[in-house]
Amino acid sequence: MGRMITFAGALAAGAIAIGLPTQSALAQGKTLTLCWAAWDPANALVELSKDFTAKTNIQMKYEFVPWTNYADRFLNELNSKGKLCDVIIGDSQWIGGAAENGHYVKLNEFFDKEGIKMDDFMPATVLGYAEWPKHTPNYWALPAMGDAVGWTYRKDWFSRPELQAEFKKKYGRDLAPPATWTELKQVGEFFQGRDIDGKKVYGAYIFTERGSEGITMGVTNALYDWGFQYDNPKKPYQMDGFVNSPDAVAGLEFYKSVYKCCTPPGMTNAYMQEGLDAFKSGQVAMMMNWFAFFPGLYKDPNVGGDKIGFFINPGEKQHATQLGGQGISVVSYSDHKEDALQYIKWFAQPDVQKHWWALGGYSCHKAVLNDPSFPTSAPFAKDFLKSMEMVVDFWAEPSYAELLLDMQKRVHDYVVADKGTAKEALDLLVKDWEKVFKEEGKI
Amino acid sequence: MTDTSGPVVIRDRAGAVPAPPVARVIRGLSDRAIAWLFIAPTILLLLAINVFPLIWTIRLSFTNYRANKPNVPLRWLGLENYTSILADPDVWQAMQATAHFVIWTILLEVLFGFGLALLIDKKFRGHSFWTTVILLPMMLSPAVVGTFWTFLFQPQIGLFNYVVAFLTGIDPSSFQMIGDVPLAPWAIVLVDTWMWTPYVMLICLAGLRSIPNYIYEAAEVDRASKWRQFWSITLPMVLPFLMLAVLFRGIENFKMFDMVNLLTSGGPGSTTELASITLKREAFEKWRTGYSSAFAIILFVTVFGAANIYVKALNKVKQR
Repeated sequence: MGRMITFAGALAAGAIAIGLPTQSALAQGKTLTLCWAAWDPANALVELSKDFTAKTNIQMKYEFVPWTNYADRFLNELNSKGKLCDVIIGDSQWIGGAAENGHYVKLNEFFDKEGIKMDDFMPATVLGYAEWPKHTPNYWALPAMGDAVGWTYRKDWFSRPELQAEFKKKYGRDLAPPATWTELKQVGEFFQGRDIDGKKVYGAYIFTERGSEGITMGVTNALYDWGFQYDNPKKPYQMDGFVNSPDAVAGLEFYKSVYKCCTPPGMTNAYMQEGLDAFKSGQVAMMMNWFAFFPGLYKDPNVGGDKIGFFINPGEKQHATQLGGQGISVVSYSDHKEDALQYIKWFAQPDVQKHWWALGGYSCHKAVLNDPSFPTSAPFAKDFLKSMEMVVDFWAEPSYAELLLDMQKRVHDYVVADKGTAKEALDLLVKDWEKVFKEEGKI
Repeated sequence: MTDTSGPVVIRDRAGAVPAPPVARVIRGLSDRAIAWLFIAPTILLLLAINVFPLIWTIRLSFTNYRANKPNVPLRWLGLENYTSILADPDVWQAMQATAHFVIWTILLEVLFGFGLALLIDKKFRGHSFWTTVILLPMMLSPAVVGTFWTFLFQPQIGLFNYVVAFLTGIDPSSFQMIGDVPLAPWAIVLVDTWMWTPYVMLICLAGLRSIPNYIYEAAEVDRASKWRQFWSITLPMVLPFLMLAVLFRGIENFKMFDMVNLLTSGGPGSTTELASITLKREAFEKWRTGYSSAFAIILFVTVFGAANIYVKALNKVKQR
């Protein structure tokens, strides 16, 4: 027996020595490039993917681009049929264009073969990140990173007895995270210009960025709550009376009033990073931002821990919030499609998804989200779940970039540059969007 | 023996070794053919990277082509792209913003550049040091300039606001150079003037140094005042150089993109959205390739036409 073991050991050692093709050895030298935005969750994904490399011996390379250049950089890459990315975590609004222009590999067959079911993922994320056309079972991505707009606030400031008393005297209610936009504005006004610990602070930070998507991703949170709709639910692409409805006009006017009354000076072109800077430096009492940043903020030594609180986007006439987040797709121009699919198969496993959430990524898998311990697993987890149940996304049409830039221009012109009225801005937006859809032959 | 053997060997070798084939071929060519041979690579390169893209752009400008949708059938639109651009109020707003930027930057850069050149032309203590200091801004990358001026203009922590506040006594956070609609167009003019005045100064300095001293000596003999010397000698003789600087800066600023894009992204709203920023958005964000090709051609014709008229004027000034 001893001899046999020795013989088997020698045989195995010999096999390794002469390089018999074990699975690991076969994967030797293989590398996948994953493209995404440069932000906290990307670092978590790097950490997570070490497990994939350990299991498959496929090395991972990363191409992370700052958010302000993310769409420009990767849409150019896809449009030029580049081979830089094998796997891409593309923004939710890209799905239409990427599917229709053949940038992404359709995943239906692969999902069927590997037993990956979209029913295992939260419906809003499947609709937002994976399907094109919407509400059809055609999948181009696996929901990878759930995200929505949420809010943080300075819990330590809110809990100060003297501020509590002053606020209650003025507004007749407790100083607490606002449930409506009207309340949010009141809290913003309360803190605006106030001296706290010898430092002048401001009410709220909201998105105002002009160049990419910032102000649109901010203003929609108010627009949805007042009743803005992208088009007639009964007649697709009929936008007049929906985009520029009196409610939508009121929502836009309100967003501008919050910008005017309650934001720090200089926030005329500010998005995620500027918001984080403003909050971390103790400038603002409340901050609008993506849930993706909340784990990092909670860990922040200066404003995290007990000092920070979280709340969902306030409501008004209705209650909704802007969808963020992305799905993970295989780029059809990649030379390593099989390995890329292997990565997605690995990523879809419930255990990996649990680890993903633990590391700071936002899983969309029901195995994670429906776990009874999930709402208490982080101070923002419950709010994340609530937000994901009320998300609305921007157009995901192939022409989304045009539609987005039109909205950026019209909204920024009105909110920041004081050009025209809210009604004029939304009327012009309807005209812009009608022109785009006419050119596309959709109206 | 030793002294004479070297040259003999060389002569022998030269006589013995036949001319290489290429040399023989070249020897058989005319001067004109050789000239063509030398300039052919450059011409081919120019055709490939300048002329061909230009012709291709002109062709695309009459179509509905979109680079992100190569499978959509190409449709010939005639002049539709051109007419819709010329009828678009947003395009005219961008052209207005560009005109404001170009006119004011040129005016300020010429004034300050010429003034600095007059100062630097005089010999004084630390002359070289100050020349180097003045030249520093133009040596920086526009991306760097755009980024650090964004910080300088920051209303809460920006040095610019504090300097203005120190000098005027107003609250530093009461104004936003790149966020206020009335101030933003001047903010980009200020930064461009800061960056490119040294360039105009250099050109003017070359003009000043090219004026022979004997002309001033003759004027001194004729008892011409310094003021009279400036108007009758300095200015006329530097004028061609000044006009050249205006031409260079005019063309550059008409195409200005990087610095302004980093400073304001065209905002607030569309206040500082120069034509080049609009063009970039149409071409590489909205992917309206045909439309943006037409826009590019309109801008090209505008700059080319204006530059040609200007060069003719410049030649006339030179001939005077």
